[in-house]
Amino acid sequence: MNLRAVSMFAAMAALIVLEGMISGWNTALGLLNMGLISAIMALGVNMQWGYAGLFNAGVVGFVALGGLAPVLIAMPPTPGAFSAGGWGILLAFAVAIVTLAVAIWLNRRLRGAARALAMIAVLGAGFFLYRAIFDPAVALVEAINPAGTGYLGGLGLPVLLSWPVGALLAAGGAWVIGKTALGLRSDYLAIATLGIGEIIVSILRNEDWLARGVKNVNGIPRPVPYEIDLQNSPAFVERAAAFGLDPVTASTLAVKLGYAALFIVVLGALIWLSEMALKSPWGRMMRAIRDNETAAAAMGKNVTARHLQIFILGSAVCGLAGAMLITLDGQMTPGTYNPLRFTFLIWVMVIVGGSGSNWGAVLGGMLVWFLWVKVEPWGQALMQLITSGMADGSALKAHLLASAAHMRLMTMGLILLLVLRFSPRGLIPGR
Amino acid sequence: MDILNAFVALLNYVMIPATAYGAQLALGALGVTLVYGILRFSNFAHGDTMAFGTAMVILATWGLQALGVSAGPLPTALLALPLGIAATALLVLGTDRTVYRFYRREKAAPVVMVMVSVGVMFVMNGLTRFVIGVDEIRFDDGVRFLISAREFKQATGLSEGLALRGTQVLTVVTAGLMVWALFWFLNHTRTGKSMRAYSDNEDLALLSGIDPERVVAVTWIIAAALATTAGTLYGLDKAFKAFNYFHLLLPIFAASIVGGLGNPLGAIAGGFLIAYSEVSITYAFKKVLGYLAPEGWEPEGLVQLLSTEYKFAVSFAILVVVLLFRPTGIFKGKSV
Repeated sequence: MNLRAVSMFAAMAALIVLEGMISGWNTALGLLNMGLISAIMALGVNMQWGYAGLFNAGVVGFVALGGLAPVLIAMPPTPGAFSAGGWGILLAFAVAIVTLAVAIWLNRRLRGAARALAMIAVLGAGFFLYRAIFDPAVALVEAINPAGTGYLGGLGLPVLLSWPVGALLAAGGAWVIGKTALGLRSDYLAIATLGIGEIIVSILRNEDWLARGVKNVNGIPRPVPYEIDLQNSPAFVERAAAFGLDPVTASTLAVKLGYAALFIVVLGALIWLSEMALKSPWGRMMRAIRDNETAAAAMGKNVTARHLQIFILGSAVCGLAGAMLITLDGQMTPGTYNPLRFTFLIWVMVIVGGSGSNWGAVLGGMLVWFLWVKVEPWGQALMQLITSGMADGSALKAHLLASAAHMRLMTMGLILLLVLRFSPRGLIPGR
Repeated sequence: MDILNAFVALLNYVMIPATAYGAQLALGALGVTLVYGILRFSNFAHGDTMAFGTAMVILATWGLQALGVSAGPLPTALLALPLGIAATALLVLGTDRTVYRFYRREKAAPVVMVMVSVGVMFVMNGLTRFVIGVDEIRFDDGVRFLISAREFKQATGLSEGLALRGTQVLTVVTAGLMVWALFWFLNHTRTGKSMRAYSDNEDLALLSGIDPERVVAVTWIIAAALATTAGTLYGLDKAFKAFNYFHLLLPIFAASIVGGLGNPLGAIAGGFLIAYSEVSITYAFKKVLGYLAPEGWEPEGLVQLLSTEYKFAVSFAILVVVLLFRPTGIFKGKSV
């Protein structure tokens, strides 16, 4: 890091401290935690875009896939759900995998019309068999106490374990999509990932047996203590009093600080790893491929395989961040996975921070998250100011005040366009 | 066995909605494919251009309705359409001048252009929400049903009703006219021919004295007209909601890739292919099969291949199959 980067991070820290002094430390720490998670997402996207020039338009899908992990790992298993329908669901998946394997085998062995007919027959038969096993099993699982559970539940393991699992889930999704769309022209990946993002989110919304869909999973276990336990612990209350804080405030701050510490450890490890990777021969190869694919291919580098590798790595980091986000929230709410918020906002972070620069992605993630949160009240204030001269109750005034909430989309778009146009290398330029 | 009722049910629930939806997708995909052919990038802002155009049409419709103007049996929105197209064309021309032209001159990589179009998408999305809000708006007036289910049942004595909405016929007719005009323009006018030349081979076209800025401007105007029309027809058929148009992006892209990016005929075929697959795969065939099956053999389940929430999966699956087996689309598009 050079002086420029250090001073920018200092300015970012000052912004958060200022926020803490104006609106309270609770808000400021909330901003910091979300900023750290955004920074990790931005790191993942930066690997794909900054190291390799791959456009992933389905970040939301990988984040959501990662977010599934805390539910699957940390929630207690629903009693009786697995014995009722779990095996059926697993059997259905086995049928689906066997069907796909047979179809791929046929695709290699046969030619012409026979191939098309055989593929359609195998896929069709496999699909109906899958549905015949899957649907009743799902109905059984969802029938178990639908108001409270109605899903398979998780494994009841520590929630921190779900972070690497989230990364693995996202990596699996990335492998499937990368295999299909990489090696074709560059925008195809963008369009294919846009599709997979939509589909993953709609699966999470609709498959109630998996994570209760839009009924949400609440009360996911935490890696840090609960506020109420801290407030009941005499040792904690005593120590809070030493700082001059009442137990309630102190406990919320302590929990948020605990999360922040965990996130900083993960972020630090990721930055260290990616900086080392960028400095290694592998990093030089990635930059060479990004800057001139033809030349790199001529030097004997397998461009498509390297693209697949980096695409999977970047998506895994996004999945990790997704799992961390759900852990922080303590609940899985698939309704909140909005592509504008989880795909394109992350893109703004990467571009603003500086494509190809890890520190830039981190700074961009923190700064853009800060702006994303603050632009709305600022927009409200601006609109109040603009409309202050207008008569109360006029339709225009009401409309302008109501539409201030949408200002932040436009602001983010403008920031993206302005940075791309006038400072395409971003705040902390990469190599 | 009741073939006639089964056919009417199929027509009512699958063929008619899919045809109208297919026409809307085809118009959208035509816009994407034209921009791709001339400007050589996938325009992520197309869905939001549709939303903005529709918002403009809705505003103009309200204006006309306030003035007491109506198109009789047709929706007033049809009269407002030219105004909406003009406003949208101005917006996209302004966008091209302020945003895209710089990257065109720089000969930026297509993926950078895609990124820029994402920025434009954000701004247009915000603009649309700013102008018209996020609520669902219905703006169809005029005759609602050409054939209503009840009348049809009375007239034919069938137990299955057939409803044909005015907007569905209007969609297909308008889309047909638009496509006809577009192909006539591309094949018979000087500007249209120069556009095709520019799309086929940029250097040769420049050598023969074709003004690239003019070609680009005309492309944007046509794309705005197609987007506004597609958006308005979709809004008349379903309802206007700013965010829905973002979700149309995937089927539209799938349609234009299936048909081969840069290939207008392919875009139309792709639009109908996607629409028919989407509607027929998410339709519950219980009723149709119930009429066809012999006594006592009626299916018990819904016979629905996929639930409606997964309609994106259909366009996506088609997209993946095409990418795997014919990356240039079924009608041989470009692959720059």
